[in-house]
Amino acid sequence: MKKIFLLVILIFINLKVISQENFDNKILKNLRCLVCQGQTISDSNSDFAQIIKSVVNDKVKEGLTEKEIYDFMAQKYGDWILLNPPIKKNSYLLWVLPYLLFLFGGIVIYLITKKRLAGK
Amino acid sequence: MKKQYLIITYIILIFIFSVFYLSLDKKTIYNTEDLIGKKINEVELNLFDKGTFNTKEISNYNYTLINFWASWCGPCRKEHKYLVKLSKVKNLKIIGVNFKDEDSKARKFLLEMGNPFFILAKDKQGKKTVDFGVYGIPETILVNKNLIILKKYIGPLNIKDVNEIKKIINQ
Repeated sequence: MKKIFLLVILIFINLKVISQENFDNKILKNLRCLVCQGQTISDSNSDFAQIIKSVVNDKVKEGLTEKEIYDFMAQKYGDWILLNPPIKKNSYLLWVLPYLLFLFGGIVIYLITKKRLAGK
Repeated sequence: MKKQYLIITYIILIFIFSVFYLSLDKKTIYNTEDLIGKKINEVELNLFDKGTFNTKEISNYNYTLINFWASWCGPCRKEHKYLVKLSKVKNLKIIGVNFKDEDSKARKFLLEMGNPFFILAKDKQGKKTVDFGVYGIPETILVNKNLIILKKYIGPLNIKDVNEIKKIINQ
């Protein structure tokens, strides 16, 4: 009985550690390594990435939420560190342009098709 | 209708050309623009000799330069003479934060090159530097007595930076 109890506790601790590692990793995958070329903090082994990994780990242990950690990092390094930056006034066009172009393309195709059908 | 297609094609071409023209000229590396005008947090740093230093104490001085350095960092050696020069400027205090270094080597470095630091702190693990938005050394931050970041220098300081710092202080 004692052994089963110990086994349950061990499994529980293990699951908790795995879930925290996954949570840490999810955050690290959304942070850009500022000293590397196109790598996330999670992928990088640079000195900078090691420090950020350690700081994120501390923040998670302190009980900060994912959003609070992103806000902290953006406050220190600017939005550049976020791989999924928030929509801001100066980036509206960037977000909206693909949809506008898609709409524009649709209108052009519609007009061409309409004209061809009318010509037949 | 053909004329209309031509106009649309030209507009699209001009648009693509403009996007490339503007984007290729733009620096895509990390810059510190976002940090200027922001307040630095209250951070407790361990001093080289016993005790701690809280960054809120910076409000006692008109201007403070926070320099992140290490004895193993080549560019730090290169910029050190400029820090020594700046340490003689009135209304400016320099705080040195020794980054992931050995105490004995850091002391030897200062003995050889001169000590421009009013306060000498250390960050053994490098975690405190994140609070200052530092991502490599040397880096230097100029703050005023309200703890607002006026300027951030990435890489070693040069004579141009020294003159710029002097100009800001004398304004």
